[in-house]
Amino acid sequence: MTSAIEVQGLVKRFGKVTALDGIDMVAGQGTVFSLLGPNGAGKTTAIRILSTLLVPDAGWARVGGYDVVRQPKSVRRLIGLTGQYAAVDELLSGKENLYMIGRLLGMGGSAARARATQLLADFDLSEAAGKLARTYSGGMRRRLDLAASLVGRPPFLYLDEPTTGLDPASRRDLWSMIRSLVSDGTTVLLTTQYLDEADQLADEIVVIDHGKVIAAGTSKDLKMRVGGQVVVAQPVDLGDVPTARRILESFARDEDAIHTEGEVVTVSIADGVQLGQVARRLDDEGIQMDELALRRPSLDEVFLAITGHVTEENELDVDADAERRSS
Amino acid sequence: MSAVAIQDSGRSNIITNTLTIARRNLLHIKATPEQLVEMSIQPLMFLVLFVYVFGGAIASSSKQYLQFALPGILVQTVAFLPFTTAIAINVDFQRGVIDRFRSLPIARSAVIGGRITADGFRVTWSVLLITGLGVVLGFRFGGTAVEAAAAMILVIAFGLTMCWPMALIGITARTTESVNTLGFLIILPLTFISSAFVPPETMPGWLQGFARWNPVTAVIDAARRLMLGLPVGDALVRSIVWMIVIVAVFAPLAIARYRRRV
Repeated sequence: MTSAIEVQGLVKRFGKVTALDGIDMVAGQGTVFSLLGPNGAGKTTAIRILSTLLVPDAGWARVGGYDVVRQPKSVRRLIGLTGQYAAVDELLSGKENLYMIGRLLGMGGSAARARATQLLADFDLSEAAGKLARTYSGGMRRRLDLAASLVGRPPFLYLDEPTTGLDPASRRDLWSMIRSLVSDGTTVLLTTQYLDEADQLADEIVVIDHGKVIAAGTSKDLKMRVGGQVVVAQPVDLGDVPTARRILESFARDEDAIHTEGEVVTVSIADGVQLGQVARRLDDEGIQMDELALRRPSLDEVFLAITGHVTEENELDVDADAERRSS
Repeated sequence: MSAVAIQDSGRSNIITNTLTIARRNLLHIKATPEQLVEMSIQPLMFLVLFVYVFGGAIASSSKQYLQFALPGILVQTVAFLPFTTAIAINVDFQRGVIDRFRSLPIARSAVIGGRITADGFRVTWSVLLITGLGVVLGFRFGGTAVEAAAAMILVIAFGLTMCWPMALIGITARTTESVNTLGFLIILPLTFISSAFVPPETMPGWLQGFARWNPVTAVIDAARRLMLGLPVGDALVRSIVWMIVIVAVFAPLAIARYRRRV
Protein backbone atom coordinates (compact mmCIF):
# COMPACT_ATOMS: atom_id res chain seq x y z
CA MET A 1 0.00 0.00 0.00
CA THR A 2 1.54 3.32 -1.04
CA SER A 3 0.83 6.29 1.12
CA ALA A 4 -1.20 8.82 -0.79
CA ILE A 5 -1.60 11.46 1.89
CA GLU A 6 1.13 12.05 4.42
CA VAL A 7 0.87 14.57 7.22
CA GLN A 8 3.62 15.27 9.72
CA GLY A 9 3.50 17.56 12.76
CA LEU A 10 0.84 19.86 11.30
CA VAL A 11 0.16 22.98 13.39
CA LYS A 12 -2.27 25.80 12.66
CA ARG A 13 -3.19 28.65 14.98
CA PHE A 14 -5.82 31.34 14.56
CA GLY A 15 -4.86 34.08 16.95
CA LYS A 16 -4.97 32.48 20.38
CA VAL A 17 -6.85 29.40 19.24
CA THR A 18 -4.74 26.42 18.25
CA ALA A 19 -6.84 24.58 15.69
CA LEU A 20 -4.23 21.93 14.91
CA ASP A 21 -1.65 21.02 17.49
CA GLY A 22 0.73 18.66 15.72
CA ILE A 23 -1.21 16.16 13.62
CA ASP A 24 0.46 13.11 12.08
CA MET A 25 -1.33 10.76 9.74
CA VAL A 26 -0.85 8.59 6.69
CA ALA A 27 -3.58 7.51 4.29
CA GLY A 28 -3.10 4.68 1.86
CA GLN A 29 -3.98 4.98 -1.80
CA GLY A 30 -7.47 3.92 -2.76
CA THR A 31 -8.71 3.85 0.82
CA VAL A 32 -11.29 5.85 2.69
CA PHE A 33 -9.54 7.66 5.46
CA SER A 34 -11.66 9.35 8.06
CA LEU A 35 -10.99 12.21 10.42
CA LEU A 36 -13.46 11.79 13.23
CA GLY A 37 -14.05 14.40 15.89
CA PRO A 38 -16.52 16.83 17.39
CA ASN A 39 -17.11 20.33 16.06
CA GLY A 40 -14.06 22.46 16.60
CA ALA A 41 -11.66 19.52 16.74
CA GLY A 42 -9.68 20.83 13.77
CA LYS A 43 -11.07 18.62 11.01
CA THR A 44 -11.99 21.43 8.65
CA THR A 45 -8.67 23.17 9.24
CA ALA A 46 -6.87 19.97 8.29
CA ILE A 47 -8.91 19.61 5.10
CA ARG A 48 -8.30 23.24 4.18
CA ILE A 49 -4.56 22.81 4.57
CA LEU A 50 -4.64 19.64 2.47
CA SER A 51 -6.61 21.54 -0.21
CA THR A 52 -4.00 24.35 -0.27
CA LEU A 53 -6.57 26.87 1.02
CA LEU A 54 -4.62 27.44 4.24
CA VAL A 55 -0.92 27.44 4.96
CA PRO A 56 0.13 25.58 8.12
CA ASP A 57 2.22 27.32 10.80
CA ALA A 58 4.41 24.25 11.24
CA GLY A 59 4.78 20.74 9.89
CA TRP A 60 4.20 19.53 6.36
CA ALA A 61 1.69 17.63 4.28
CA ARG A 62 2.02 15.80 0.99
CA VAL A 63 -0.75 14.73 -1.33
CA GLY A 64 0.18 12.27 -4.06
CA GLY A 65 3.80 13.11 -3.32
CA TYR A 66 3.38 16.87 -3.73
CA ASP A 67 3.94 19.32 -0.90
CA VAL A 68 0.80 21.36 -0.23
CA VAL A 69 2.75 24.54 0.49
CA ARG A 70 5.52 24.35 -2.10
CA GLN A 71 3.60 22.68 -4.94
CA PRO A 72 0.01 23.87 -4.46
CA LYS A 73 -0.81 23.84 -8.19
CA SER A 74 0.19 20.19 -8.53
CA VAL A 75 -1.91 19.32 -5.49
CA ARG A 76 -4.93 21.21 -6.89
CA ARG A 77 -4.68 19.12 -10.03
CA LEU A 78 -5.18 15.96 -7.97
CA ILE A 79 -7.98 16.89 -5.63
CA GLY A 80 -11.72 17.34 -5.59
CA LEU A 81 -13.19 19.21 -2.63
CA THR A 82 -16.67 18.94 -1.22
CA GLY A 83 -17.09 21.47 1.52
CA GLN A 84 -19.01 21.44 4.75
CA TYR A 85 -21.70 23.59 3.24
CA ALA A 86 -22.57 22.70 -0.33
CA ALA A 87 -20.39 25.04 -2.37
CA VAL A 88 -22.57 25.17 -5.43
CA ASP A 89 -23.42 28.33 -7.31
CA GLU A 90 -27.05 28.81 -6.40
CA LEU A 91 -27.69 31.20 -9.26
CA LEU A 92 -26.66 28.69 -11.88
CA SER A 93 -28.50 25.56 -12.94
CA GLY A 94 -27.08 22.19 -11.94
CA LYS A 95 -25.86 21.69 -15.46
CA GLU A 96 -24.23 25.12 -15.68
CA ASN A 97 -22.44 24.49 -12.39
CA LEU A 98 -20.83 21.32 -13.69
CA TYR A 99 -20.17 22.76 -17.15
CA MET A 100 -18.37 25.71 -15.57
CA ILE A 101 -16.09 23.45 -13.51
CA GLY A 102 -15.34 21.35 -16.59
CA ARG A 103 -14.35 24.43 -18.58
CA LEU A 104 -12.21 25.70 -15.70
CA LEU A 105 -10.43 22.35 -15.66
CA GLY A 106 -9.48 22.82 -19.30
CA MET A 107 -12.11 20.66 -20.99
CA GLY A 108 -13.46 21.75 -24.35
CA GLY A 109 -17.06 22.96 -24.56
CA SER A 110 -18.57 19.73 -25.80
CA ALA A 111 -16.48 17.55 -23.47
CA ALA A 112 -17.54 19.68 -20.50
CA ARG A 113 -21.19 19.42 -21.56
CA ALA A 114 -20.96 15.66 -21.95
CA ARG A 115 -19.29 15.23 -18.56
CA ALA A 116 -21.95 17.42 -16.93
CA THR A 117 -24.77 15.37 -18.47
CA GLN A 118 -23.17 12.12 -17.38
CA LEU A 119 -22.60 13.27 -13.79
CA LEU A 120 -26.13 14.63 -13.52
CA ALA A 121 -27.38 11.19 -14.54
CA ASP A 122 -25.00 9.42 -12.11
CA PHE A 123 -26.23 11.55 -9.24
CA ASP A 124 -29.89 11.32 -10.11
CA LEU A 125 -30.16 15.00 -10.99
CA SER A 126 -31.05 14.78 -14.69
CA GLU A 127 -34.58 15.98 -14.14
CA ALA A 128 -33.42 19.10 -12.28
CA ALA A 129 -30.48 19.74 -14.61
CA GLY A 130 -31.87 22.98 -15.99
CA LYS A 131 -33.22 24.35 -12.72
CA LEU A 132 -31.34 26.86 -10.59
CA ALA A 133 -29.42 25.20 -7.78
CA ARG A 134 -31.13 27.44 -5.23
CA THR A 135 -34.36 25.55 -5.88
CA TYR A 136 -32.68 22.23 -4.97
CA SER A 137 -33.32 20.38 -1.72
CA GLY A 138 -30.48 19.90 0.78
CA GLY A 139 -29.79 16.39 -0.45
CA MET A 140 -29.78 17.47 -4.11
CA ARG A 141 -27.34 20.26 -3.34
CA ARG A 142 -24.95 17.87 -1.63
CA ARG A 143 -25.15 15.55 -4.60
CA LEU A 144 -24.48 18.41 -6.99
CA ASP A 145 -21.57 19.52 -4.82
CA LEU A 146 -20.17 16.00 -4.86
CA ALA A 147 -20.65 15.82 -8.63
CA ALA A 148 -18.84 19.17 -9.00
CA SER A 149 -15.83 17.83 -7.12
CA LEU A 150 -15.73 14.83 -9.44
CA VAL A 151 -15.84 16.60 -12.82
CA GLY A 152 -12.08 16.26 -13.34
CA ARG A 153 -12.02 12.64 -12.11
CA PRO A 154 -9.63 13.54 -9.30
CA PRO A 155 -7.62 10.70 -7.75
CA PHE A 156 -8.16 12.35 -4.34
CA LEU A 157 -11.54 13.31 -3.01
CA TYR A 158 -12.02 15.33 0.16
CA LEU A 159 -15.41 15.14 1.80
CA ASP A 160 -15.81 17.58 4.64
CA GLU A 161 -18.82 16.47 6.70
CA PRO A 162 -20.71 15.43 3.58
CA THR A 163 -23.92 14.41 5.33
CA THR A 164 -24.22 16.94 8.16
CA GLY A 165 -27.79 18.17 8.20
CA LEU A 166 -29.15 15.57 5.79
CA ASP A 167 -32.13 13.36 6.48
CA PRO A 168 -31.43 9.63 6.96
CA ALA A 169 -32.52 8.62 3.46
CA SER A 170 -30.31 11.22 1.77
CA ARG A 171 -27.42 10.17 4.00
CA ARG A 172 -27.76 6.55 2.91
CA ASP A 173 -27.90 7.62 -0.76
CA LEU A 174 -24.75 9.65 -0.39
CA TRP A 175 -22.99 6.83 1.43
CA SER A 176 -23.69 4.39 -1.35
CA MET A 177 -22.42 6.91 -3.92
CA ILE A 178 -19.23 7.39 -1.93
CA ARG A 179 -18.77 3.63 -1.68
CA SER A 180 -19.00 3.18 -5.42
CA LEU A 181 -16.40 5.91 -5.89
CA VAL A 182 -13.90 4.11 -3.74
CA SER A 183 -14.27 0.97 -5.74
CA ASP A 184 -12.92 3.06 -8.66
CA GLY A 185 -9.62 3.54 -6.84
CA THR A 186 -10.18 7.06 -5.61
CA THR A 187 -8.54 7.95 -2.30
CA VAL A 188 -11.14 9.55 -0.06
CA LEU A 189 -10.47 11.77 2.92
CA LEU A 190 -13.66 12.02 4.92
CA THR A 191 -14.29 14.21 7.94
CA THR A 192 -17.27 13.47 10.08
CA GLN A 193 -18.63 13.84 13.56
CA TYR A 194 -20.70 10.70 13.24
CA LEU A 195 -19.18 7.44 14.35
CA ASP A 196 -21.64 5.47 12.25
CA GLU A 197 -20.61 7.39 9.14
CA ALA A 198 -16.93 6.62 9.71
CA ASP A 199 -17.99 3.09 10.57
CA GLN A 200 -19.94 2.71 7.31
CA LEU A 201 -17.32 4.13 5.00
CA ALA A 202 -13.83 4.31 6.41
CA ASP A 203 -11.01 1.80 6.22
CA GLU A 204 -8.98 3.78 8.67
CA ILE A 205 -10.10 6.32 11.28
CA VAL A 206 -8.14 8.99 13.04
CA VAL A 207 -9.92 10.53 16.02
CA ILE A 208 -8.97 14.12 16.70
CA ASP A 209 -9.86 16.38 19.58
CA HIS A 210 -8.56 19.87 20.33
CA GLY A 211 -6.26 19.65 17.32
CA LYS A 212 -4.55 16.45 18.42
CA VAL A 213 -4.77 12.87 17.26
CA ILE A 214 -6.09 10.94 20.23
CA ALA A 215 -6.66 7.57 18.60
CA ALA A 216 -6.19 5.85 15.28
CA GLY A 217 -7.17 2.55 13.81
CA THR A 218 -9.98 0.76 12.08
CA SER A 219 -13.53 1.26 13.23
CA LYS A 220 -13.37 -2.16 14.89
CA ASP A 221 -10.21 -1.20 16.82
CA LEU A 222 -11.87 1.91 18.14
CA LYS A 223 -15.02 0.19 19.23
CA MET A 224 -13.01 -2.45 21.04
CA ARG A 225 -11.73 0.36 23.20
CA VAL A 226 -15.22 1.41 24.16
CA GLY A 227 -16.88 -1.91 24.39
CA GLY A 228 -19.19 -3.41 21.89
CA GLN A 229 -22.51 -2.24 23.29
CA VAL A 230 -24.12 0.30 25.54
CA VAL A 231 -27.19 -0.15 27.71
CA VAL A 232 -29.37 2.89 28.30
CA ALA A 233 -31.69 2.63 31.28
CA GLN A 234 -34.26 5.04 32.65
CA PRO A 235 -36.30 4.02 35.69
CA VAL A 236 -39.87 5.29 35.98
CA ASP A 237 -39.19 6.39 39.55
CA LEU A 238 -36.32 8.77 40.08
CA GLY A 239 -35.71 7.15 43.50
CA ASP A 240 -34.74 3.91 41.76
CA VAL A 241 -31.83 5.48 39.91
CA PRO A 242 -29.16 4.60 42.53
CA THR A 243 -30.33 0.97 42.69
CA ALA A 244 -30.46 0.72 38.92
CA ARG A 245 -26.98 2.16 38.75
CA ARG A 246 -25.71 -0.39 41.26
CA ILE A 247 -27.17 -3.24 39.24
CA LEU A 248 -25.85 -1.93 35.94
CA GLU A 249 -22.42 -1.44 37.48
CA SER A 250 -22.09 -5.19 37.82
CA PHE A 251 -22.38 -5.54 34.03
CA ALA A 252 -19.97 -2.70 33.18
CA ARG A 253 -16.75 -3.53 31.40
CA ASP A 254 -14.79 -1.30 33.77
CA GLU A 255 -15.44 1.28 36.45
CA ASP A 256 -15.27 4.24 34.03
CA ALA A 257 -17.91 2.73 31.81
CA ILE A 258 -20.99 3.91 33.72
CA HIS A 259 -22.58 7.34 33.77
CA THR A 260 -25.69 8.89 35.19
CA GLU A 261 -27.24 11.97 33.75
CA GLY A 262 -30.49 12.99 35.41
CA GLU A 263 -32.55 9.81 35.49
CA VAL A 264 -30.75 8.15 32.59
CA VAL A 265 -28.03 5.63 33.31
CA THR A 266 -25.74 4.53 30.47
CA VAL A 267 -23.25 1.77 30.74
CA SER A 268 -20.80 0.18 28.33
CA ILE A 269 -21.36 -3.48 29.02
CA ALA A 270 -18.76 -6.18 29.06
CA ASP A 271 -18.56 -8.58 26.13
CA GLY A 272 -20.99 -11.46 26.32
CA VAL A 273 -23.56 -9.71 28.50
CA GLN A 274 -27.12 -10.03 27.16
CA LEU A 275 -29.79 -7.39 27.51
CA GLY A 276 -32.09 -10.10 28.93
CA GLN A 277 -29.79 -10.63 31.90
CA VAL A 278 -29.87 -6.93 32.69
CA ALA A 279 -33.65 -6.80 32.34
CA ARG A 280 -34.12 -9.78 34.67
CA ARG A 281 -31.91 -8.31 37.39
CA LEU A 282 -33.76 -4.99 37.27
CA ASP A 283 -37.05 -6.84 37.37
CA ASP A 284 -35.90 -8.93 40.33
CA GLU A 285 -35.34 -5.72 42.27
CA GLY A 286 -38.80 -4.55 41.27
CA ILE A 287 -37.61 -1.54 39.33
CA GLN A 288 -40.01 -0.41 36.63
CA MET A 289 -38.28 0.92 33.57
CA ASP A 290 -39.34 3.76 31.29
CA GLU A 291 -36.61 2.87 28.84
CA LEU A 292 -34.20 -0.01 28.61
CA ALA A 293 -32.31 -0.28 25.37
CA LEU A 294 -29.20 -1.66 23.84
CA ARG A 295 -27.30 0.42 21.33
CA ARG A 296 -23.94 0.80 19.72
CA PRO A 297 -21.46 3.19 21.29
CA SER A 298 -21.82 6.77 20.13
CA LEU A 299 -19.01 9.14 19.32
CA ASP A 300 -19.50 10.60 22.79
CA GLU A 301 -18.73 7.26 24.34
CA VAL A 302 -15.72 6.67 22.11
CA PHE A 303 -14.53 10.05 23.24
CA LEU A 304 -15.26 9.36 26.83
CA ALA A 305 -13.38 6.12 26.65
CA ILE A 306 -10.38 7.66 24.94
CA THR A 307 -10.16 11.10 26.47
CA GLY A 308 -12.06 10.81 29.72
CA HIS A 309 -14.27 13.75 28.77
CA VAL A 310 -17.38 14.01 26.67
CA THR A 311 -17.46 15.95 23.41
CA GLU A 312 -18.04 19.55 24.25
CA GLU A 313 -21.10 20.73 22.42
CA ASN A 314 -20.57 24.31 23.53
CA GLU A 315 -17.46 24.43 21.41
CA LEU A 316 -19.54 24.31 18.27
CA ASP A 317 -17.58 25.50 15.30
CA VAL A 318 -14.63 26.88 17.20
CA ASP A 319 -12.73 26.01 14.09
CA ALA A 320 -14.76 28.02 11.67
CA ASP A 321 -15.27 30.92 14.05
CA ALA A 322 -11.59 31.19 14.78
CA GLU A 323 -10.87 31.25 11.08
CA ARG A 324 -13.35 34.02 10.56
CA ARG A 325 -12.08 36.11 13.42
CA SER A 326 -8.46 35.80 12.41
CA SER A 327 -8.88 37.29 8.97
CA MET B 1 -0.98 6.62 -9.48
CA SER B 2 -4.00 6.49 -11.73
CA ALA B 3 -4.08 8.69 -14.79
CA VAL B 4 -4.84 12.29 -14.05
CA ALA B 5 -7.53 13.64 -16.29
CA ILE B 6 -6.93 17.28 -15.48
CA GLN B 7 -4.75 18.93 -18.04
CA ASP B 8 -2.12 21.45 -17.23
CA SER B 9 -3.61 24.92 -17.27
CA GLY B 10 -1.08 27.06 -19.01
CA ARG B 11 -1.16 30.68 -20.12
CA SER B 12 -3.70 30.16 -22.85
CA ASN B 13 -6.11 28.75 -20.30
CA ILE B 14 -6.05 31.88 -18.19
CA ILE B 15 -8.09 33.57 -20.92
CA THR B 16 -10.53 30.66 -21.18
CA ASN B 17 -10.80 30.55 -17.38
CA THR B 18 -11.38 34.29 -17.16
CA LEU B 19 -14.10 34.11 -19.81
CA THR B 20 -15.69 31.07 -18.14
CA ILE B 21 -15.97 32.96 -14.86
CA ALA B 22 -17.17 36.10 -16.64
CA ARG B 23 -19.87 34.02 -18.31
CA ARG B 24 -20.86 32.60 -14.96
CA ASN B 25 -21.17 36.09 -13.48
CA LEU B 26 -23.28 37.25 -16.40
CA LEU B 27 -25.52 34.18 -16.15
CA HIS B 28 -26.37 35.43 -12.66
CA ILE B 29 -28.22 38.32 -14.27
CA LYS B 30 -30.57 35.81 -15.85
CA ALA B 31 -31.23 34.23 -12.46
CA THR B 32 -31.74 37.52 -10.64
CA PRO B 33 -33.99 39.83 -12.65
CA GLU B 34 -33.55 42.46 -9.93
CA GLN B 35 -29.98 42.84 -11.17
CA LEU B 36 -31.32 43.70 -14.59
CA VAL B 37 -33.62 46.25 -13.00
CA GLU B 38 -30.67 47.72 -11.16
CA MET B 39 -28.67 47.94 -14.37
CA SER B 40 -31.44 49.26 -16.57
CA ILE B 41 -34.68 50.47 -15.11
CA GLN B 42 -33.28 52.17 -12.01
CA PRO B 43 -30.91 54.54 -13.88
CA LEU B 44 -33.59 55.24 -16.46
CA MET B 45 -35.99 56.13 -13.67
CA PHE B 46 -33.37 58.38 -12.09
CA LEU B 47 -32.89 60.13 -15.39
CA VAL B 48 -36.59 60.76 -15.90
CA LEU B 49 -37.21 61.78 -12.27
CA PHE B 50 -34.31 64.17 -12.00
CA VAL B 51 -34.85 65.80 -15.33
CA TYR B 52 -38.60 66.28 -15.04
CA VAL B 53 -39.00 66.75 -11.27
CA PHE B 54 -36.04 68.97 -10.48
CA GLY B 55 -35.09 70.12 -13.96
CA GLY B 56 -37.45 73.09 -14.11
CA ALA B 57 -36.36 74.35 -10.70
CA ILE B 58 -32.61 73.86 -11.12
CA ALA B 59 -32.28 75.04 -14.70
CA SER B 60 -34.76 77.14 -16.60
CA SER B 61 -36.26 74.12 -18.36
CA SER B 62 -36.07 70.37 -18.15
CA LYS B 63 -34.68 70.28 -21.66
CA GLN B 64 -31.79 72.45 -20.59
CA TYR B 65 -31.32 70.47 -17.42
CA LEU B 66 -31.12 67.22 -19.39
CA GLN B 67 -28.04 68.60 -21.15
CA PHE B 68 -26.49 69.24 -17.74
CA ALA B 69 -27.64 66.18 -15.84
CA LEU B 70 -27.21 63.28 -18.29
CA PRO B 71 -23.42 63.03 -17.86
CA GLY B 72 -23.92 63.23 -14.09
CA ILE B 73 -26.49 60.44 -14.07
CA LEU B 74 -24.21 58.29 -16.25
CA VAL B 75 -21.34 58.62 -13.79
CA GLN B 76 -23.60 58.11 -10.79
CA THR B 77 -24.97 54.92 -12.31
CA VAL B 78 -21.56 53.42 -12.97
CA ALA B 79 -20.44 54.41 -9.47
CA PHE B 80 -23.35 52.43 -8.02
CA LEU B 81 -23.04 49.35 -10.24
CA PRO B 82 -19.99 47.94 -8.40
CA PHE B 83 -22.30 47.46 -5.42
CA THR B 84 -23.46 44.33 -7.14
CA THR B 85 -19.83 43.28 -7.49
CA ALA B 86 -19.20 43.77 -3.77
CA ILE B 87 -22.28 41.82 -2.77
CA ALA B 88 -21.62 39.02 -5.27
CA ILE B 89 -18.04 38.58 -4.03
CA ASN B 90 -19.24 38.58 -0.46
CA VAL B 91 -21.85 35.92 -1.18
CA ASP B 92 -19.30 33.80 -3.08
CA PHE B 93 -17.05 33.78 -0.02
CA GLN B 94 -19.89 32.93 2.33
CA ARG B 95 -21.22 30.14 0.16
CA GLY B 96 -17.83 28.50 -0.32
CA VAL B 97 -17.80 29.13 -4.08
CA ILE B 98 -14.48 30.97 -3.75
CA ASP B 99 -13.06 27.95 -1.89
CA ARG B 100 -14.06 25.76 -4.77
CA PHE B 101 -12.40 28.10 -7.28
CA ARG B 102 -9.28 28.24 -5.17
CA SER B 103 -9.07 24.48 -4.87
CA LEU B 104 -9.08 24.20 -8.67
CA PRO B 105 -5.85 24.31 -10.67
CA ILE B 106 -6.64 27.72 -12.16
CA ALA B 107 -4.88 31.05 -11.84
CA ARG B 108 -6.33 33.08 -8.99
CA SER B 109 -6.24 36.11 -11.27
CA ALA B 110 -8.85 34.39 -13.45
CA VAL B 111 -11.46 34.75 -10.71
CA ILE B 112 -10.79 38.48 -10.38
CA GLY B 113 -10.36 38.92 -14.13
CA GLY B 114 -13.68 37.16 -14.77
CA ARG B 115 -15.38 39.48 -12.33
CA ILE B 116 -13.99 42.58 -14.03
CA THR B 117 -14.81 41.33 -17.51
CA ALA B 118 -18.41 40.75 -16.49
CA ASP B 119 -18.57 44.14 -14.79
CA GLY B 120 -17.23 45.71 -17.97
CA PHE B 121 -20.23 44.27 -19.80
CA ARG B 122 -22.69 45.49 -17.19
CA VAL B 123 -21.25 48.98 -17.06
CA THR B 124 -21.14 49.31 -20.85
CA TRP B 125 -24.73 48.12 -21.10
CA SER B 126 -25.97 50.71 -18.61
CA VAL B 127 -23.99 53.55 -20.17
CA LEU B 128 -25.29 52.84 -23.66
CA LEU B 129 -28.85 52.37 -22.42
CA ILE B 130 -28.97 55.64 -20.46
CA THR B 131 -27.28 57.60 -23.22
CA GLY B 132 -29.79 56.14 -25.68
CA LEU B 133 -32.76 57.22 -23.58
CA GLY B 134 -31.14 60.62 -23.03
CA VAL B 135 -30.97 61.12 -26.77
CA VAL B 136 -34.59 60.00 -27.17
CA LEU B 137 -35.63 62.55 -24.52
CA GLY B 138 -33.79 65.28 -26.40
CA PHE B 139 -30.16 65.23 -25.31
CA ARG B 140 -27.87 66.58 -28.03
CA PHE B 141 -24.13 65.91 -28.23
CA GLY B 142 -22.33 69.18 -28.82
CA GLY B 143 -18.92 67.87 -29.84
CA THR B 144 -17.46 65.46 -32.34
CA ALA B 145 -18.13 61.72 -32.47
CA VAL B 146 -14.61 61.16 -31.15
CA GLU B 147 -15.33 63.36 -28.13
CA ALA B 148 -18.61 61.54 -27.50
CA ALA B 149 -16.87 58.16 -27.69
CA ALA B 150 -14.10 59.40 -25.40
CA ALA B 151 -16.72 60.45 -22.85
CA MET B 152 -18.36 57.00 -22.96
CA ILE B 153 -14.99 55.25 -22.57
CA LEU B 154 -14.09 57.53 -19.68
CA VAL B 155 -17.33 56.76 -17.85
CA ILE B 156 -16.98 53.01 -18.42
CA ALA B 157 -13.36 53.14 -17.22
CA PHE B 158 -14.51 54.98 -14.10
CA GLY B 159 -17.10 52.29 -13.41
CA LEU B 160 -14.40 49.62 -13.59
CA THR B 161 -12.14 51.73 -11.38
CA MET B 162 -14.82 51.84 -8.70
CA CYS B 163 -15.01 48.03 -8.77
CA TRP B 164 -11.74 47.86 -6.84
CA PRO B 165 -12.70 49.74 -3.67
CA MET B 166 -16.09 48.02 -3.75
CA ALA B 167 -14.41 44.62 -4.24
CA LEU B 168 -12.31 45.36 -1.17
CA ILE B 169 -15.49 46.03 0.81
CA GLY B 170 -17.07 42.83 -0.52
CA ILE B 171 -14.04 40.75 0.47
CA THR B 172 -13.57 42.36 3.87
CA ALA B 173 -17.17 42.60 5.10
CA ARG B 174 -18.57 39.65 7.02
CA THR B 175 -22.17 40.05 5.91
CA THR B 176 -23.96 41.40 2.87
CA GLU B 177 -25.78 43.84 5.14
CA SER B 178 -22.51 45.48 6.11
CA VAL B 179 -21.52 45.61 2.43
CA ASN B 180 -24.73 47.54 1.80
CA THR B 181 -24.27 49.94 4.68
CA LEU B 182 -20.63 50.66 4.05
CA GLY B 183 -21.16 50.97 0.30
CA PHE B 184 -23.96 53.48 0.66
CA LEU B 185 -22.00 55.53 3.19
CA ILE B 186 -19.25 55.91 0.63
CA ILE B 187 -21.00 56.08 -2.73
CA LEU B 188 -23.98 58.25 -1.83
CA PRO B 189 -22.01 61.33 -0.66
CA LEU B 190 -19.45 60.84 -3.41
CA THR B 191 -22.06 60.99 -6.13
CA PHE B 192 -24.29 63.69 -4.64
CA ILE B 193 -21.63 66.08 -3.34
CA SER B 194 -20.31 66.48 -6.84
CA SER B 195 -21.14 68.33 -10.00
CA ALA B 196 -23.62 65.58 -11.00
CA PHE B 197 -26.89 67.44 -10.43
CA VAL B 198 -26.03 71.02 -9.51
CA PRO B 199 -22.96 73.20 -10.03
CA PRO B 200 -20.77 73.01 -6.88
CA GLU B 201 -20.76 76.84 -6.72
CA THR B 202 -24.33 76.67 -5.35
CA MET B 203 -23.20 74.64 -2.29
CA PRO B 204 -21.99 76.11 1.01
CA GLY B 205 -18.26 76.79 1.10
CA TRP B 206 -17.13 73.76 3.13
CA LEU B 207 -19.06 71.44 0.86
CA GLN B 208 -17.70 73.13 -2.24
CA GLY B 209 -14.18 72.13 -1.21
CA PHE B 210 -15.21 68.48 -1.06
CA ALA B 211 -17.20 68.69 -4.28
CA ARG B 212 -14.27 70.25 -6.14
CA TRP B 213 -11.82 67.59 -4.97
CA ASN B 214 -14.21 64.72 -5.42
CA PRO B 215 -12.97 62.32 -8.13
CA VAL B 216 -16.59 61.93 -9.23
CA THR B 217 -16.70 65.65 -10.03
CA ALA B 218 -13.55 65.37 -12.12
CA VAL B 219 -15.00 62.50 -14.16
CA ILE B 220 -18.39 64.18 -14.54
CA ASP B 221 -16.80 67.49 -15.61
CA ALA B 222 -14.63 65.75 -18.17
CA ALA B 223 -17.50 63.62 -19.52
CA ARG B 224 -19.88 66.60 -19.59
CA ARG B 225 -17.48 68.84 -21.48
CA LEU B 226 -16.65 66.09 -23.96
CA MET B 227 -20.33 65.34 -24.53
CA LEU B 228 -21.30 69.00 -24.90
CA GLY B 229 -18.30 69.93 -27.01
CA LEU B 230 -16.91 72.41 -24.45
CA PRO B 231 -13.20 72.93 -23.82
CA VAL B 232 -12.14 70.06 -21.56
CA GLY B 233 -9.54 71.96 -19.57
CA ASP B 234 -7.72 69.92 -16.94
CA ALA B 235 -10.78 67.82 -16.00
CA LEU B 236 -9.75 64.91 -18.24
CA VAL B 237 -6.24 64.78 -16.84
CA ARG B 238 -7.56 65.07 -13.28
CA SER B 239 -10.01 62.23 -13.74
CA ILE B 240 -7.39 59.97 -15.30
CA VAL B 241 -4.98 60.70 -12.45
CA TRP B 242 -7.76 59.97 -9.94
CA MET B 243 -8.57 56.66 -11.60
CA ILE B 244 -4.92 55.63 -11.61
CA VAL B 245 -4.61 56.53 -7.93
CA ILE B 246 -7.78 54.64 -6.97
CA VAL B 247 -6.72 51.50 -8.84
CA ALA B 248 -3.15 51.75 -7.55
CA VAL B 249 -4.38 51.94 -3.96
CA PHE B 250 -7.36 49.61 -3.95
CA ALA B 251 -6.43 46.88 -6.44
CA PRO B 252 -3.40 45.66 -4.44
CA LEU B 253 -5.40 45.92 -1.20
CA ALA B 254 -8.32 43.97 -2.64
CA ILE B 255 -6.06 41.30 -4.13
CA ALA B 256 -4.11 40.96 -0.89
CA ARG B 257 -7.33 40.59 1.12
CA TYR B 258 -8.65 38.13 -1.43
CA ARG B 259 -5.56 35.97 -1.05
CA ARG B 260 -5.63 36.15 2.72
CA ARG B 261 -9.29 35.72 3.48
CA VAL B 262 -9.94 32.16 4.55
